[in-house]
Amino acid sequence: MIYSERVMEHFANPRNVGEIENADGIGEVGNEKCGDIMKMYLKINNGIIEDVKFKTFGCGAAIATSSIATEMIKGKPIDEALKITNKAVVQALDGLPPAKLHCSVLAEQAVKTAVADFYKRQGVDPTPIVGVIEDRCEDCHGH
Amino acid sequence: MSNSNNPNEIIYLDNAATTRISPAVLNAIQPYLNELYGNASSLYSLGRESAKTLEKARTDIAEAIHCEPREIFFTSGGSESNNWAIKSAAMLIAKQGKKHIITSAFEHHAVLHVLAGLEKQGFEVTALPVYKEGIVRVSDLEKALSEHPDTGLVTIMYVNNEIGTIQPISELAELCRTRGVWFHTDAVQALGNIPVNIEKLNVGFLSLSGHKVHAMKGVGLLYVNKKILLPALIEGGAQERGFRAGTENIAGIAGFAAAVKEAVINMETKNAKLLPFREKLYNSIMKLERVHLNGDYEQRTINNLNFSFEGIEGEALLLHLDLAGICCSSGSACTSGSLDPSHVLLALGLPHEIAHGSLRISMSEYTTEAEIDRFLEVLPGIVKKLRDMSPLWEIINTNLSLKAF
Repeated sequence: MIYSERVMEHFANPRNVGEIENADGIGEVGNEKCGDIMKMYLKINNGIIEDVKFKTFGCGAAIATSSIATEMIKGKPIDEALKITNKAVVQALDGLPPAKLHCSVLAEQAVKTAVADFYKRQGVDPTPIVGVIEDRCEDCHGH
Repeated sequence: MSNSNNPNEIIYLDNAATTRISPAVLNAIQPYLNELYGNASSLYSLGRESAKTLEKARTDIAEAIHCEPREIFFTSGGSESNNWAIKSAAMLIAKQGKKHIITSAFEHHAVLHVLAGLEKQGFEVTALPVYKEGIVRVSDLEKALSEHPDTGLVTIMYVNNEIGTIQPISELAELCRTRGVWFHTDAVQALGNIPVNIEKLNVGFLSLSGHKVHAMKGVGLLYVNKKILLPALIEGGAQERGFRAGTENIAGIAGFAAAVKEAVINMETKNAKLLPFREKLYNSIMKLERVHLNGDYEQRTINNLNFSFEGIEGEALLLHLDLAGICCSSGSACTSGSLDPSHVLLALGLPHEIAHGSLRISMSEYTTEAEIDRFLEVLPGIVKKLRDMSPLWEIINTNLSLKAF
């Protein structure tokens, strides 16, 4: 299993690490049993993601995917951020080993969960906008 | 990054994974690569030279581990030796109507996967617990033998590869001997760290590997007690008296013999040197917050330590250590190649999240105090960096402060 230089670069120097005080939306995905938890904090103004920070417990790929996902959505309108798929995350990192693809799924879900939280705080049902965020944890276990 | 590209600057603390070739081994190997390259089965002098080297290696190793030369069969390594001993012994016990095998919960995969295959063929397997100390209890074996009178084989490792804990092999094997049950031990991690003396161990079969003791990868042996005729696993030519086919790896075997001799001769000096290093590592690392030692401290080989750091994941820890030019290993899911953490750590009763945060340090006689100091200088910063960005660490701390009220 070999990581691309891009993965190692984001792992060694992750962007946007930390928390946002009074964040407008917070999303946490994964669980400690699987060995990955990602928590994403958003500051949203006029539909634009003005700031984003993350904290991740997990492997090299989990840290790198969170880091690059924050770069990809920072300064973007919400609807554009929601279009970022796990495949785009993988591509931006010049690929991930097959066993690590689930980390990119987590990164996508972390963004969506944080945006959904933002809408919930506004009293808006997030499902029609964000879609259903599936718990994919079972994909990893039991095989 | 630059450090890890220069092998001379690497701090290698992963000697349970593999080891460097020692100068004596290199010397022993070299003539057989391009000068004395004859096939040991060939009649001309070049071939006879190889045959002579092969038998000299067998005699030297037999002397070092206290058995007869004819009880040693060279193989490609620990995995093959384990496969051979277990699969072939299973065939023999089945003929006696015995279909039950006992093992421990934290054997190497080269044992556990073989047993899983035998289960599919109708054998029944009992895995003994290892408790939080990582040690099999003789009383548990006694109980399992009584409950399963059809037990024909017991296979329990001498030293665990992840946590270095030493199993009471002579007691376990003696118990089996009195009941007419064969005993196999995977002693791959024992050689050079604790005495491997066949006369005292009472075992029927014992596996060893070259590359764990500064010999080449791809060479090992299976000791088979002379009273047992173990059917071949690898069939073909008449090498190893017909019990293990395949042209002998003379260079590898010559190096292996040199390595076994060195391992036995240097054991005490090496352990005396490494003991203070281990104490230093243990005392410094245990000062960090929320760190656990995995497995018993005393009943383990001196070269090994295995810790779990709460709130961080092992692979991330390894990658940061690698960036600092340090090689270690982890039992996290990500490094095990599966999505569950190491079965060894789970067998100790560790919860998944703690098993994910494990770090194995394994030293060799080449380890220096300066390397240990450098490692201890780098580690706390990495642990802090990863915890600072870990939402799990945040949860652990919140729960702790809640408990304080």
